[in-house]
Amino acid sequence: MSLHVDEMTGLAGRTGFLTEAGARRIEAALLPLAALVAGMAVFALFLALLGKSPAEFYALVFKAGFGTAFSWTNTLTRAAPLLLAALCVALPARLGLVIIGGEGAIVLGGVAAGAVAMLMPGLPASVGIALMALAGMAVGGFWIGAVGALRHLRGVNETISSLLMAYIAIALMNHLIEGPLRDPASLNKPSTAPLPEAWRIGEMPGIGVHWGLAFGILACILAFVLIERTTVGFAARIVGGNVRAAEIQGLPAGTLAIGFTALGGAFAGLAGMVEVAAIHGSANASLAAGYGYTGILIAFLARHNGLAIIPAAILFAGIEASSGLVQRRMDLPDATVLVLEGMVFIAILLSDTLQGRIRFLAFLERRLR
Amino acid sequence: MSKILMPNRRQFLMNSAGLAGAAALSGLLPAGAARAAGLTVGFIYVGPKDDFGYNQSHAEGAAAVKAIEGVTVVEEEQVPETVDVQKTMESMIGFDGATLLFPTSFGYFDPHILAVAPKNPNVRFEHCGGLWTPANPTNVGSYFGYIGMGQYLNGIAAGYATKSKKIGFVAAKPIPQVLLNINSFLLGARAVDPTITCQVIFTGEWSLAVKEAEATNALADQGVDVITCHVDGPKVVMETGAGRGMYLCGYHANQSALAPEKYLTGAEWNWAKVYTDMVKTTLAGGTIENFVRGGLADGFIKMSPLGPAVTPEARTRFEAVQAEIMKGGFAAIKGPLKDNKGNVVATEGQSFVETDVALESMDYLVEGVVGSTS
Repeated sequence: MSLHVDEMTGLAGRTGFLTEAGARRIEAALLPLAALVAGMAVFALFLALLGKSPAEFYALVFKAGFGTAFSWTNTLTRAAPLLLAALCVALPARLGLVIIGGEGAIVLGGVAAGAVAMLMPGLPASVGIALMALAGMAVGGFWIGAVGALRHLRGVNETISSLLMAYIAIALMNHLIEGPLRDPASLNKPSTAPLPEAWRIGEMPGIGVHWGLAFGILACILAFVLIERTTVGFAARIVGGNVRAAEIQGLPAGTLAIGFTALGGAFAGLAGMVEVAAIHGSANASLAAGYGYTGILIAFLARHNGLAIIPAAILFAGIEASSGLVQRRMDLPDATVLVLEGMVFIAILLSDTLQGRIRFLAFLERRLR
Repeated sequence: MSKILMPNRRQFLMNSAGLAGAAALSGLLPAGAARAAGLTVGFIYVGPKDDFGYNQSHAEGAAAVKAIEGVTVVEEEQVPETVDVQKTMESMIGFDGATLLFPTSFGYFDPHILAVAPKNPNVRFEHCGGLWTPANPTNVGSYFGYIGMGQYLNGIAAGYATKSKKIGFVAAKPIPQVLLNINSFLLGARAVDPTITCQVIFTGEWSLAVKEAEATNALADQGVDVITCHVDGPKVVMETGAGRGMYLCGYHANQSALAPEKYLTGAEWNWAKVYTDMVKTTLAGGTIENFVRGGLADGFIKMSPLGPAVTPEARTRFEAVQAEIMKGGFAAIKGPLKDNKGNVVATEGQSFVETDVALESMDYLVEGVVGSTS
């Protein structure tokens, strides 16, 4: 176990009530929250210009996203794949790698899970589910790990290559489910053979949300511990800060890059497996639902912190859960909530540039010196 | 605007109170509290409802339902075939009190409708695509139409219009419904002139505008002079085709407004009739049959009015064949017929009428279609 880097540098700054690292944490939490509010305010202005009531809009978002028991079921079900998709962005991001092609790992992870069920339907359910998860994670890990390897070995820009590989992944999925893996009975919607009934991942007792949510939350906690509380995570953060300095220190920057991209991809692949095992019951083109791209927004909103991904994913899932009611009650187009998400995202990116520049926060930090 | 930027204290309090009130209400009351008297019907579309195609045809049906006394219609567009549609159905049931749902996309059925229906036994789910079997829940029904006959009639119009004897088809995916449309289109044209060939290009996706435009241009470059399609939104194919001087046969909805001079006719869904009937049955306390099919004669499909480019000779033949189909028992696929790889698909004297279930697992393109299913 090693100390958090801020704690190491900030120990000297302890005063009466707060360490300097503590002040930084407050800033790290306050800035995205303020950006969130700012993004929502700008969007409210847009709505007002369109002659729609922002108050009604946000009341509907609240009601449909968080206002009733059904809303929470809806929101948490939608959050499940987003948690894992966001980790595919957040983990490599701590090494300074911007991966935006998690969608590819999701669809191929789903296809791998569908293939396992199709090729070995005779296995006991527990073994089958475990194998599907492993296959999904292995394929997802390979897919995004390859992006990390291309970056490390050939200097290929990981952002572009991950995006392009997502297109390849979707084409590959279409080829497989319309060709070698197609269930001949799936006439008008090509799919792999349906999972044996016992292989389906059911709902968690009492809350009407499938187990994928638990997987997602567990993965976020694991990612947090790995990054913030282990030597490997510490090494990864050093690489993210300065690759050359890390290499001079003897840290295996390349191995770390490949390992963390592969781990992120494995989580995204697991998301695909959960979609197949909990929702679709077979692998088909509906796997390409865009979760990988929403995951990018969530990871940035959470500043690539595993624990912060949980509330960020729930917030975005809640906004998306409200899309239907907003359409039906306010006669707004379906893209409305996407515009809101986009504005929040831009506000959060902009807020990064304000770090250390807000007078109140700077004052707080100065007092600690 | 200043209201939004700088609310005064009173407005702020009002808004906060409103928010808190909404929260409290939604927490305390059962979700269906906002339920209106009468019947609430929900329509769910996979794409935009003004796509000049599949979704618009259903939205036109919804518009007809809106006009019925005592009926409230709620609609949602761009709903993916994922957990999204399950939650949209539950949201329409819970928040809007809908008791009759029309989730219109083919991919909504399995697993999504099948997952939601058993939890909501008092709600009726009507799915477009015709997949229901007696093993499925009884509060689920499915309906579909024999639109291949519409493509056959498109083919008749195309057969008279083509000069190059090459007609074209932009198709989404090589699945049975699409293959039947392609084959019907060519066979209609060959009923006019047996030397006609039909070039098909598959785009691979239900809605992919760029590829649809590329495919249309590629067909024009090969000398194709009449085009039709089976994609969710035919708008791009129609506009691109008209721009290249091709004659157009529509699909799903009426696209004549996009290029009135070039539009010959089109195979349209007539969901307005189907939905009006179903809603009226429900209002009268009756039960909709679980498995409903229909063709031209039943009013499930209709043809766009013939355009100005259709010659009198073509019109006469078109109307004669249409009248023949209206009698029922018409077969576009009849022997002797080979597929485009030389395999016999119908022997002498064998015919597959429009209602034949064997047509629903079609996996071939007939002789004269240039293209491949894989």
